[in-house]
Amino acid sequence: MTYSTNEIMVTASSRLLADGEVTFVGIGLPNLACNLARRLHAPNLVLIYESGAVGATPERLPISIGDPALVTDSLSVCSMYDIFCNYLQGGRIDVGFLQGAQIDRYGNINTTVVGEYATPKVRLPGSGGACEIAILAKKVLVMAPQSRRSFPEKVDFVTSPGFLDGQGRREAFGMPGGGPSAVITNLGCYEFVEGEMTLVSLHPGCTVEDVRANIGWDVRVAATLAETPAPTDEELRIIREELDPQHLYI
Amino acid sequence: MTMADAIGRFVGDGDTIVIEGFTHLISFAAGHEIIRQKRRDLVACRLTPDLVYDQMIGAGCVRRLVFSWAGNPGAGPLYALRRAIEEGVPHPIEIEEYSHYGMVARLTAGASRLPFFPLRDYAGSDLPMVNPRIQQIECPFTGEWLAAVPALNPDTAIVHVQRADLNGNAQIWGLMGVQKEAAFASKHVIVVAEEIVDEAVIRADPNRTLIPGFIVSAVVHEPFGCHPSYAQGFYDRDNDFYIAWREISKDRAKFEAYLDEWVYGVANRAEYAEKQLDRWRSLRASERWCEPVNYGY
Repeated sequence: MTYSTNEIMVTASSRLLADGEVTFVGIGLPNLACNLARRLHAPNLVLIYESGAVGATPERLPISIGDPALVTDSLSVCSMYDIFCNYLQGGRIDVGFLQGAQIDRYGNINTTVVGEYATPKVRLPGSGGACEIAILAKKVLVMAPQSRRSFPEKVDFVTSPGFLDGQGRREAFGMPGGGPSAVITNLGCYEFVEGEMTLVSLHPGCTVEDVRANIGWDVRVAATLAETPAPTDEELRIIREELDPQHLYI
Repeated sequence: MTMADAIGRFVGDGDTIVIEGFTHLISFAAGHEIIRQKRRDLVACRLTPDLVYDQMIGAGCVRRLVFSWAGNPGAGPLYALRRAIEEGVPHPIEIEEYSHYGMVARLTAGASRLPFFPLRDYAGSDLPMVNPRIQQIECPFTGEWLAAVPALNPDTAIVHVQRADLNGNAQIWGLMGVQKEAAFASKHVIVVAEEIVDEAVIRADPNRTLIPGFIVSAVVHEPFGCHPSYAQGFYDRDNDFYIAWREISKDRAKFEAYLDEWVYGVANRAEYAEKQLDRWRSLRASERWCEPVNYGY
């Protein structure tokens, strides 16, 4: 079955989630990835949304992070103090999903401004919960379509720290969380080696040249490069018929 | 009290205000009344400014915005806010930004009348470089460095709830955001309710009471008062309107036309609701009741 780049981003991310993990979910593609995993290989995945829904089982695609469908049939609904203080800072979050307008060589993410802060070329929404998720979640998965503009060598503004300027910097700052563990783009998947983004798999039909043409630095490539498994028919059926029947994100 | 009376009494020019509610229970009725009464120079605080502050900013009510995520959830940017930041239209606006946890921490410190709140956050982020109110402190017990943000104590908090009694004892279910902290942090609290109920209804289910009446300054009965936000169990979020706002707010003329029709063109929330009864009906919540619990002993 043919599929879109967003669909392979969703299936590739979904497979990185292990059953039982407690996951801080974002809206859009991360939400699809988490709910796909919950329907297939990770039925005990715990979905937490920063709005306060814990163990959410949304029956419809949430348009916003505070959709009422996240409350109905959830395990718990708590205040945002509970979410950020007791769940996130308390070390209870295994996986945090982040997206961003820009992500750089060391996994630092910008959702604040393009250009200078005082005189922005484009004013973006800001941190939301992203800064603390980046610092506190045990690991972070990033979903972002890549281009030279969105994957610069250094972001214009560090909203959410990755490995800063390389290996060991998170430890020096005393950050409890492990930082970014994978980046899933429209072309392939990356992991972090010595704090640096490293291409580990290419989506079917994509080449290293495609990757190099759409990234702002001389990117590291793993010695053995894998091919990202294509979405299965069952995965595509669930995404298209159950999770996003109006095809808002795919 | 009517919304006009409550805003007239408890929101003055130059005040620091917080209208809380995270996606859920946002008091658009209060925001519209603030616009109608032409309040100026407000310091407007909210985690997510949302459409309600976009409207107040575009209407010229706000001098300074204190926030942590400024977008139209699920639908793009807030264009009136962007016009104020990027072009100074209708006038320039100051911004003071945190992350969500930073804003939650500020209100928590404010609610407990502490000067600041310590948190494990902001290390390696550029946010402290553009906001001098995000500081570092050394823990006197362990010697480790933590971030600290100052207390936020607004003049007035406005909180919409599903039900309250006439004394302002207020009950919420569904997402609770940071409303309790916002209410306890503020000098005055306006409770806006979908339903006014007898005190006996509140007393029959005391675990659901988020805000006690004795910290509340005004109670306003305002059905459909959150639209296009939502009230769990009453009406759904009007996602179509949030998407439509993208085009309305992008164009200054369409923005003005919206305010003329839906804010200045109606006397109050009841008229606003009356003008769109079909939409209200179409958003009515489905039924998902929970098991009663036994409070006996």
